Amino acid sequence: MTTRSLIERAGTFVGLVLVAIIFGLLVGPQFFAPTNLELMARQMAIVSIAAVGMTIVIVSGGIDLSVGSMIALVTVVIAQLLRMGVSPLFAALGGIATAALCGSLNGVLITQLRVVPFIVTLGTMLVIRGAAKGLGEERRIEAPATWLNDLLRVTRGETFLPSGIWAVIVLSLLVALLLRYTRFGRHVFAIGSNERMARLCGVAITRTKIIVYALSAAFVGFAGLLQFSKLSVGDPTVAVGLELDVIAAVIIGGGSLLGGRGTVVGTLIGAAIMTVIQIGCSQKGLANWVQQIVTGGIIVAAVALDRFRSTHGSGAS
Amino acid sequence: MSSTPAAGPPRFAMRGIRKAFGATVALDSVALSVNQGEICGLIGQNGAGKSTLMSILSGALQPDAGEMWIDDQPFTPHSPIDARRAGVAMIYQELSLAPHLSVMENILMGAEPLRFGLLDWPRMREMAAHALDTLGHNDIPPDANVGTLSVAAQQIVEIARAIAVGSRVLVLDEPTSSLGRADVEHLFELLRNLKSQGHAIVYISHFIEEVKAVADRFIVLRDGRNAGGGETASATHDAIVALMVGQSVDNLFPRSPRTRGEAILEVSALEPRKNTEEHGRMPASASFTLHRGEIFGIAGVLGSGRTHLLRMLFGLEPVRSGRVRVGVYSGVARPHQRWMQGMGLLSEDRKEEGLALTLDVADNLTMSKLSPFGPAGLLFPAPQRSAAARWISELAIKCAGPAQKAGELSGGNQQKIAIARLLHHDVDILVLDEPTRGIDVGSKAQIYRLIDALVADAPGHTPRAVLMVSSYLPELLGLCDRIAVMQRGHLGEAVPAETLTEHELLMAVTGGTAA
Repeated sequence: MTTRSLIERAGTFVGLVLVAIIFGLLVGPQFFAPTNLELMARQMAIVSIAAVGMTIVIVSGGIDLSVGSMIALVTVVIAQLLRMGVSPLFAALGGIATAALCGSLNGVLITQLRVVPFIVTLGTMLVIRGAAKGLGEERRIEAPATWLNDLLRVTRGETFLPSGIWAVIVLSLLVALLLRYTRFGRHVFAIGSNERMARLCGVAITRTKIIVYALSAAFVGFAGLLQFSKLSVGDPTVAVGLELDVIAAVIIGGGSLLGGRGTVVGTLIGAAIMTVIQIGCSQKGLANWVQQIVTGGIIVAAVALDRFRSTHGSGAS
Repeated sequence: MSSTPAAGPPRFAMRGIRKAFGATVALDSVALSVNQGEICGLIGQNGAGKSTLMSILSGALQPDAGEMWIDDQPFTPHSPIDARRAGVAMIYQELSLAPHLSVMENILMGAEPLRFGLLDWPRMREMAAHALDTLGHNDIPPDANVGTLSVAAQQIVEIARAIAVGSRVLVLDEPTSSLGRADVEHLFELLRNLKSQGHAIVYISHFIEEVKAVADRFIVLRDGRNAGGGETASATHDAIVALMVGQSVDNLFPRSPRTRGEAILEVSALEPRKNTEEHGRMPASASFTLHRGEIFGIAGVLGSGRTHLLRMLFGLEPVRSGRVRVGVYSGVARPHQRWMQGMGLLSEDRKEEGLALTLDVADNLTMSKLSPFGPAGLLFPAPQRSAAARWISELAIKCAGPAQKAGELSGGNQQKIAIARLLHHDVDILVLDEPTRGIDVGSKAQIYRLIDALVADAPGHTPRAVLMVSSYLPELLGLCDRIAVMQRGHLGEAVPAETLTEHELLMAVTGGTAA
């Protein structure tokens, strides 16, 4: 890792530390109590894992607006499978596979119709939401209680963290390794940085892009599983607008909507910053609208700061 | 400089213009003037300083020394908007129109007639129609969307815009590069018409024949200086070429012993699938053979179809018909397959296609072949970096190391990275499109030595084959074994380089008799 990228990552981390200190002072020392930290971890798990998937898409120069709808569809699919008597493990896998299928659809439409990802996924956002409502007959689907409901349960000191959080950590690590230590990962960066150069170098653009959207959607599928675990029902109206939180986490973490930039660590820090603000505001008793204004301000400030760094700090290395 | 009908001061004049970029002097005491009712041609080879001069005229660059006047008023534009307000209208090769807006909106862009603060559409239509009428083109409807018009008609809209806002000097840069024969004639007629209405026009072109056909006077730039000029009527094509060429330096170009080996690339009657106007002139048909141990050059001006030919070969543009054989493989192929077959392309457009500027040097250098750096799709950064480091030291690339971003390097060093990619991939056929465009002289000399070494006889090294395109003729003459001229989409017969002089080659490239 170069000094430069260290500074880039440290920048976001410094932001997290600052936000944490501010709310620590406002709320008091109990803000950093283990139970409160675990609360934050549980709170950020869903956005985090979806954002880790979104990092791959954004690095490739794309975007996926259908994330929230996919999460809703996954909760409905899992609930329906459980009702049909499918074992919890296969119900969970079925949910994740459904999301991956939706992602492949996005990828195929983007590459074959040559329509920009923003438009394609804007369309599939509605299509998938509609499908979720149809499959759920426009209501919540009750499902038999299984161990799937315990993925994000409060541990009360029995284990260190809920199993769902551990899964998020392991999966994030895998994606970080995928982006840095595989040819596929470098191809994703090449496509995002300069697609024409990637084409010149013989990178299989269509195939890589379809895999990017499918893989990212599989992570969204896992987010859907966590969402189901939290709700313990299938809800076709859940997670409306969640894609914006997910994209915001990637952007705060240093990802660029122009492609070619973004890291898993940065994205997780971005998600953490948003969570600290959310939890901090509610524990301080601040209204939801304050929370939203602060989060919005942070998004713009993070990107502006990043631009400032890249135009004025090119001698940083 | 010449006797002209207009009395009084010239409409536009510049004198003693000097511009340096670091140690490179792009322009030195350049003078140019144009009178009312006159067309002045500006001629010069690539790198002669034409585009720098254009940038100064348009206000995009400020000269280090020298003065400019319009109608005896000092003209010191600090930005393109300044220059436009002062009455200098530039018409570039790449047209600057809004394709989704109507003809009249484009013509009156920024000068829309208002009525009670709202757009006065009837008047706008009338003004646009009048401007088009002045140009003798009432066939272009003011309501049409510009995007639906032909390139030739779009160009007329652009000229109409210049006329409508009351420009005093009209500057056209290579206006015919994307026009067909008939449209070129129409354009000339229009320019003569404007001239008779008293407009002052500067006409920049590679094509000497065009300048002779349309301009009254001409000025030749060479190496950033005025090399001469005069009345076009009394100057021969030959004399103008002689002014453009001057005496050339050829010790820049090393020539190691070479032995021509087997034919490694054979192309016959290759034709593009689409012949759309937007791509300019394309190769109508091209045939040639490239051998190991030789450098084959294609000479041609911008828009002659030379780049398109290379891109078709490499699978970046669709092919309609023709045969291609690369080593033992035949048929058209995609870029991925071409790399596998041992062919690599250096793009002419370093920033947009050649490199990913936000990625690091190691990624850029090795992107076409990441397989040596780990098994089964894995990629370990350490061997990738050491492979990159090897080429960095071998080609003397100045950078902080393999992890530095490519965008932070100078043009010459970026170009070396793009070339190093072909060396890393270890290709047999190097297809180089403008290998030294926009780089400093020192890097140029290094790249020339490198290209020469690739095809040289040397113990323990199989000579490669190099196919190169360049608009800088001394480079082709200095490096190549054989050269073919591409003109308006046709690739001519290959000729041994030593039988050609720069003069003859320039004649052929710029539309004189073929070499």
